[in-house]
Amino acid sequence: MTTEAVQLSERRLGKFGDKYFAGRPQQVLLRNWISFKSSAWIAVVSGFLEPVLYLLSFGYGIGELVGSIATPGGEISYAAYIAPGLLATSAMNGAMLDSTWNVFFKLNESRLYNAMLATSLGPLDVALGEIAWALMRGGIYATAFTVIVAALGLVTTWWALLAIPAAIIVAFGFASFGMAITSYMKSHHQMNFFYIFLLPMFLFSGAFYPLTVFPGWGQAIIKALPLRQGIELVTRAMSGEFGIHILVNISYFMVMICVGLFFTTKRLNALFMK
Amino acid sequence: MSEPLIHARGLTKTYGDFVAVDGIDFDVAKGESFGFLGPNGAGKSSTMRIIGATSVRTSGTLTILGKDPEVNGPQIRAHLGVVPQQDNLDVELTVSENIFIYGRYFGLSSSFINKKIPELLEFAQLEEKKDVKVQALSGGMKRRLTIARSLVSEPDILMLDEPTTGLDPQARHILWDRLFRLKEQGVTLLITTHYMDEAEQLCDRLIVMDKGKIMAENSPAQLIKDYSTKEVLEVRFGSDRNQEMVEVLRPLAERIEVLPDRILLYAEDGEQLLESIAAKGIHPNTSLVRRSSLEDVFLRLTGRTLVE
Amino acid sequence: MSNSIRKVSSFGTLHVAEARIRNMAKWAFIILFAAVINPTLYLVSIGIGVGSLIDANNGVEGVSYLTFLAPALLASAAIQGSSDEVIFPTMAGFKWERTFFGMRSTPLTARQISLGIFLAAMVRTIVSVVIYWIVLYLFGALESDTAWLAMPAALFAGAAMAAVMLALAAKIEKEDFFFTIVGRFIMIPMFLFSGTFYPLSQMPVFLQFFGWISPLWHATELGRYLTYDYPLPGIQIFIHIAVLATMMLVGLFLSARVFDNRLEK
Repeated sequence: MTTEAVQLSERRLGKFGDKYFAGRPQQVLLRNWISFKSSAWIAVVSGFLEPVLYLLSFGYGIGELVGSIATPGGEISYAAYIAPGLLATSAMNGAMLDSTWNVFFKLNESRLYNAMLATSLGPLDVALGEIAWALMRGGIYATAFTVIVAALGLVTTWWALLAIPAAIIVAFGFASFGMAITSYMKSHHQMNFFYIFLLPMFLFSGAFYPLTVFPGWGQAIIKALPLRQGIELVTRAMSGEFGIHILVNISYFMVMICVGLFFTTKRLNALFMK
Repeated sequence: MSEPLIHARGLTKTYGDFVAVDGIDFDVAKGESFGFLGPNGAGKSSTMRIIGATSVRTSGTLTILGKDPEVNGPQIRAHLGVVPQQDNLDVELTVSENIFIYGRYFGLSSSFINKKIPELLEFAQLEEKKDVKVQALSGGMKRRLTIARSLVSEPDILMLDEPTTGLDPQARHILWDRLFRLKEQGVTLLITTHYMDEAEQLCDRLIVMDKGKIMAENSPAQLIKDYSTKEVLEVRFGSDRNQEMVEVLRPLAERIEVLPDRILLYAEDGEQLLESIAAKGIHPNTSLVRRSSLEDVFLRLTGRTLVE
Repeated sequence: MSNSIRKVSSFGTLHVAEARIRNMAKWAFIILFAAVINPTLYLVSIGIGVGSLIDANNGVEGVSYLTFLAPALLASAAIQGSSDEVIFPTMAGFKWERTFFGMRSTPLTARQISLGIFLAAMVRTIVSVVIYWIVLYLFGALESDTAWLAMPAALFAGAAMAAVMLALAAKIEKEDFFFTIVGRFIMIPMFLFSGTFYPLSQMPVFLQFFGWISPLWHATELGRYLTYDYPLPGIQIFIHIAVLATMMLVGLFLSARVFDNRLEK
């Protein structure tokens, strides 16, 4: 009685996390790719539009009213000033969409994860596969956005290419955190929680203006928020002037990623092993 | 006799103060079709989830193919085909994509799965629907696809939780026919149901569950023999008069059960009982003689009906 | 025909609206909370944050950026709120819960159902607009005595947009990407390119066309005229009003037709 499925599952015995991880997150990716090919592409492709529209409208429209902005690296145009903030914001939004609404639907409405976990897959396969999908999507958006920013002449150095991995790190942090919180949510009304949090974070994290307009205590709060950390990370990467501070931003996201993954796996395990 | 495929002793599952499964013992042999019969909330689905290694038991012992689901969850799941009570097909994919990706979740190779797909589509009678999105299928088709999908990994045990709930009679009969074929091929079936006809049709042996406990265990025919008479006479006097007739009828039958809309009289010969009632000048509005079923067994054991 | 049935047939629109409003009342707290918090966040962030950069430069139209932005944000909130309030019930009514088909089996007509949904959305929009306006007032963003008229102007824009979205939402039978498409191809571009954040004339001419068909731009122009001494010739005032009125009437006419087609077949 050893079918292929059984042999494959027994090969994992004694390896890393053999109860939670079958070593096959790529199958979850494959599932998303099949689904994407046949239907979701318009939603996915158009997702890249939003930051571009903001860049054009704000960068050029408001830019004309604002003039240039003084930064540590010298005077830059308003469009160049907001570009990294928009990239970080869109990385956040894309990752949150994938890891909150989409995950909620698969968890509670279509019960797709129930089906996955009735096979020999484990919860960590599901979590990693879903996050990897969100990151691939985010990476493609980030690349497209960076190309447009470069084509508009808003970057001055090849270091700007580093904005792409920086945006992926930001997306990773938000995706794993968002998925962890979503896995604890019971009704879709609770999902509005994210928007109560995301909108003010977007408006106050200084994507459009320097934080110095706020008093010191306000700046301190904002700097502790993940989007602000993301904007700083992408800004530093895009300008090529990293400084030691970029390590703080990166560490912030590493912690977010690890904490998010830990709770997601733990919760999925509890949900499907109750 | 060889070692049972599934072996449970004192199996218990509690959620807080609520005892869903209350220390049950059972064994399932290879190739057997084994049923859990009971009303909603009897603990059938909880038992199925524990066997399916997607729920951890609170106490007791359980082995499936000699393995403990707490230690070897993924290895046990690789042996199982799971058909849950609510369909969880991938609504964004087509019929054949559903089978394909499900096989990939087990780690099976594309060539292996692609060879199996036509065979499974034929089994589920869905060849013509293979490129149709799942959303567009009828309830019966979805069920058959869920079963076909669960067979892609060639499981030793197929677990079906309420397989025909919500299906129309024709769809149920098609499904039963498919399950018979699997039985003939030697697949071990584990079925929960609250339909007595389904249990009688499909199960070699079953346990009757209520409130987490096993009330009885045997083959359907033997259960009926042990817990009921050969025939049942159902009489109706109209909702106002049913109650007052009970005392008059009680001495005439071996056993009597009163339901809200009718009275059940148990006897070896139903027609004869009906005649003796008529001889006493009692004329029910309607009367019906039928053979005893598992429904009567359940009524006897618990004092309640299966479908409420 | 009995008396009560005759009543239903003449006041059907109101009954449908009443049912919707009762439903909304369950979410009253969230609707009111959003109505207060949204403008506050936008005013502090964009008005004061971006405003500080603009006012430190040359300003815009000779007023503070907050004053310039206020009527645009007001109209935008009206449009967003009224659109949501027609799209979701329409989707639910035709598809998710199929309540419209239930209503249709009573003496209600399809046209009354469509108008009732629209009317209920307007009630909610009035609440949002009034609250928004009060927040603007408290921020000192409203300069002129006629500023209170910015409320009906914004409501008018909400009505125009809601009427069009009502027809569109009723027309869509497969909702798969409807929300994504409405958000990304209608709402966000409208928000960004309707002279909301800077005068429309600053955009290249081919993009200004977008403003002309946007109810947000027409309402914003009216709002600016009403809230500070923004010069607007009489003929332009007339055009803005005429465009919004046309959108609303055409939208309502089309909605009634689509509702009719879907509910009578």
